[in-house]
Amino acid sequence: MEWCDVGIVLSARPHGEGGAIASLLTASHGRHAGLVPAGRSRSQRATLEPGTLLTCRWGARLESHLGRFTCEPVESSASLLLGDPRRLSVLNAFCALADWALPERLPCPDLYDASLALLVALQGEGWAAAYVHWEMLLLAETGFPLDVSACAATGRQDELVWVSPRSGRAVCREAGQPYADRLLPLPAFLLPELPAGMEWPEQWDHPDICTGLALTGYFLQHHLQVTIGKPLPWARGHLVSRLQTVDR
Amino acid sequence: MAGPEIEHLMQMLARLPGLGPRSARRAALYLIKRRESALEPLAAALAQVAERVRPCPQCGNFDTASPCSLCADPRRDDGVICVVEDVDDLWALERTRAFSGRYHVLGGLLSALDGIGPEDLHLPRLLERAGQPVVQEIILALPATIEGQTTAHYIADRLKAAETPDHSLRVSGLAHGVPVGGELDYLDDGTLSQALRARRPV
Repeated sequence: MEWCDVGIVLSARPHGEGGAIASLLTASHGRHAGLVPAGRSRSQRATLEPGTLLTCRWGARLESHLGRFTCEPVESSASLLLGDPRRLSVLNAFCALADWALPERLPCPDLYDASLALLVALQGEGWAAAYVHWEMLLLAETGFPLDVSACAATGRQDELVWVSPRSGRAVCREAGQPYADRLLPLPAFLLPELPAGMEWPEQWDHPDICTGLALTGYFLQHHLQVTIGKPLPWARGHLVSRLQTVDR
Repeated sequence: MAGPEIEHLMQMLARLPGLGPRSARRAALYLIKRRESALEPLAAALAQVAERVRPCPQCGNFDTASPCSLCADPRRDDGVICVVEDVDDLWALERTRAFSGRYHVLGGLLSALDGIGPEDLHLPRLLERAGQPVVQEIILALPATIEGQTTAHYIADRLKAAETPDHSLRVSGLAHGVPVGGELDYLDDGTLSQALRARRPV
């Protein structure tokens, strides 16, 4: 068994004295783990930093084996983000959540593309909104899609301002008003099309970002966490508190 | 082949970093053959270390004295504390003889993968030490990795939050860039871009 692919490093766990077991989000093979011999050596350690884009060759005698990776770095996100605590928190949360939530060896090309887009966004503006979108896609990939295309009660496609915590479907202002205290606010930038007059939240401190994180966080905690049976990674909570802190 | 005591010795040696079963066998045989010059001095040294060496309650360094010789040295600057991940980093900095302040060993880094959270690090003691009026600067000498810098930002936040109007702290980190003797052509892209961003007037 052997294949070549491109992937993003999600984590690298020490194995033996110098080796590492790397978990990669690959373009065609989903989240895939493999042994990287000497992965903790001086020359290879930087290659396995979370967020690094690399080309990888995986090989094993049988498909069910852990197998071995040979990796070549393509681009490192980490070095550009080390000095920025907020972007670094996003990278941490992205890697930890993907590693925590995605089933192994199940291709998820849409999420891979969104992950690449997130890494690109982290180099510029709009990264916080891109991250919230990525979490929505993660929920969809793991079986908890949020349907924000039309109101669950009336079928209206405008004035969608809430999401039902039970069904994950959007609810319009008119139909949701009596239940407003039990519904989750839906920020406009998560709608399939941005309503007229609304702007894409380029800045990380836009109020819609925290609203969006609260929405996806609810489903991550109440649906995905229950299925996985492990608590949400620390990095996700850390990101939320980091984005709520304005002074640093 | 060998008696149970020798087998046990080889098993214990094989657990040491850098040694496998084969090299442990060689080391055991070497020690047994040189009882007076190697085995007995080594056994005595191990017994002494086991009996006397303890982590320093102040900084976390290993020493026979409590507090350790670095914390007890009156010539060192009490105003600066250098925070390191582990004792080997402390020893590395001490070898440079470039730092004459105090140290604090964190005992690890925040890690989502290994489930290491803030409560697993020696942070309360650091915050306590940083709160002393004499302390002016905290140097975060942590690795230039995602985990290292996440931990550094987290500690910086905690230190800022603990500041009072009468006592402010300068929190700094180590520079990242071209190593001494390094040629640009051989540097990785990340280090090179970091070095370029952190350029300074010559």
